[in-house]
Amino acid sequence: MIPGIDFRKWRNQWTEGWKDRPKILLPQRLERTREWIDDRLPIFSFARKELKEYPTPYNLSFLWNFGFLAGIILMVMILSGLFLAMFYTPHVDFAFDSVERIMRDVNYGWLIRYIHMNGASFFFIVIYIHMFRGLYYGSYKSPREVLWILGVVIYLLMMATAFMGYVLPWGQMSFWGATVITNLFSAIPWIGEGVVHFLWGGYSVANPILNRFFVLHFLFPFLICAVVFLHLVALHRKGSNNPLGIERTKPEESIPFHPHFGADLGKYCFFLPPIFLENPIITSLLIPWAVPSKLAGVALMFSAILVLFILPWLDRSPVRSARFRPLYKWFFWVLVGMCLILGWSGSKPPEGIYLWSARIGAFYYFFHFVVILPWLSFYEKPLPLPTSLLPEEEG
Amino acid sequence: MKALLLFLLLGTPLGVKAESETPPLTQQLWSFSGMRGTFDRGALQRSLQVCKEVCSACHSLKRVRFRELQALGFSAEDIKTFAQSYEITDGPNNEGEMFTRAGLPSDAFPNPFKNDQASRAGNHGALPPDLSLIVKARAGGADYIYALLTSYSSPPRGIKLGENMSYNPYFPGHQIAMAPPFVVDQVTYADGTPATVDQMARDVTTFLAWTAEPESETRKAMGW
Repeated sequence: MIPGIDFRKWRNQWTEGWKDRPKILLPQRLERTREWIDDRLPIFSFARKELKEYPTPYNLSFLWNFGFLAGIILMVMILSGLFLAMFYTPHVDFAFDSVERIMRDVNYGWLIRYIHMNGASFFFIVIYIHMFRGLYYGSYKSPREVLWILGVVIYLLMMATAFMGYVLPWGQMSFWGATVITNLFSAIPWIGEGVVHFLWGGYSVANPILNRFFVLHFLFPFLICAVVFLHLVALHRKGSNNPLGIERTKPEESIPFHPHFGADLGKYCFFLPPIFLENPIITSLLIPWAVPSKLAGVALMFSAILVLFILPWLDRSPVRSARFRPLYKWFFWVLVGMCLILGWSGSKPPEGIYLWSARIGAFYYFFHFVVILPWLSFYEKPLPLPTSLLPEEEG
Repeated sequence: MKALLLFLLLGTPLGVKAESETPPLTQQLWSFSGMRGTFDRGALQRSLQVCKEVCSACHSLKRVRFRELQALGFSAEDIKTFAQSYEITDGPNNEGEMFTRAGLPSDAFPNPFKNDQASRAGNHGALPPDLSLIVKARAGGADYIYALLTSYSSPPRGIKLGENMSYNPYFPGHQIAMAPPFVVDQVTYADGTPATVDQMARDVTTFLAWTAEPESETRKAMGW
């Protein structure tokens, strides 16, 4: 004991004080912590503003779910890919064996691999629906041009990622896929061959390219995430387009994103129809045109994507939604049909009827964007637009 | 693309052009086809006999380990005995020498030949492919394998076969280096099933479909 200090009294004071302290319950405590963090790093207010309160046009149809769905699939792909990468060996002598090991020996390895493979197909299906929805309702028009362009960038990155993933198992199809696609670059005048050797890291498709494809296949999804983030920033800046294609002017035309649309998404996550596509539709554009001239074929294939970048300036019509564009509506469905024909022809050998159906499809694809859309912009008489999203005011 | 690759892979080494049309594949009714298909255990167990006595004389099955045969309905003891009937080259030992020992359940089916060159030397220059994935690796899958095994015939008039070649309308180029693998009663099935060529081909095809996709039953059960 230290003389002069009554520890017993102290202790009693403390315990008494502890008993009489103002009662703060756990939820309040958490709330205070949340506020403390939010004051310093505003993640909570950001999440509330952008994920919950975010004003969404109240008349969105199910077609507006596909952007979010694509985001979910991206996460599924990254997660399943991560587990696959733990067992995969990027070397020409071991790649195929390591994939077979995943299929046979790794617990549920086959499930993870098939989720990853079919997930890639679903990713494209979902993205195509997302893109055609944008085309139908004019979502690419002012003020959402940058939003659209960022989407096309994501689409390009997705195709590159998918192609590199296709090569990784190093089976026969992978090898010839890598050979054919990298050889496309040899069509570039003067420097083509040098570029191809640079891509290969040698003079043939061999170990170096498999190794770097693995590295890039791992990297690209994170680049996609970054562009997706920008895509979302651009989206939240101007808000979603809607089936009527007119801007919102009144707060009653909007509802909070959550729970109205958040809950909807769950339904589609579990009840998407099981469809499988073999090839991204656009690859089929290459086949017919590569026959007469490689350079022309390659140029056309890349232009098929590039034309999407300038789409907002090809379609000058001030009306967004095809609901009020009596002619565009028909041309849109013809384009959808042509793209399906292209996808179908692309999965067939390039001969006879498939060659011609692909040629016609490819020709029409460009004709639609370069000729029909600018022509429609001034020729077509759009229907009168409603003034509001609200049904009673639509007239 | 697939057809082109197959042509490049199989057609060109033989250097022969298809002189007559390949008949279309007949779709067989397999125990494992469809969304709820399971492998016929009887066929799987019988086929192991054919596999050991016929196929493995020339073909390797490097991705299948003896222990995996439990899925065919064999007990761990059966598999141990079965594995012991194979001789496995192992090593090097502490003296730096390779040695042989009896097989263990953790071993894969051994390759009947030391390497690809030895395999070619023993098979008139042709390389018998590894059979682990053959059903997945051939267009037409199980139907193709079955058709190939059962459709050996004498060549039609006007077709001259190469040396040591057999005529098979389903093989690309119609000339195949594998001699007709089955004759009636080549094996004596333990369960008393008559060993017709058709029966053996059916059993072996079922087996190879299993080796190509051993996860197929679990997958279908889970998906259903």
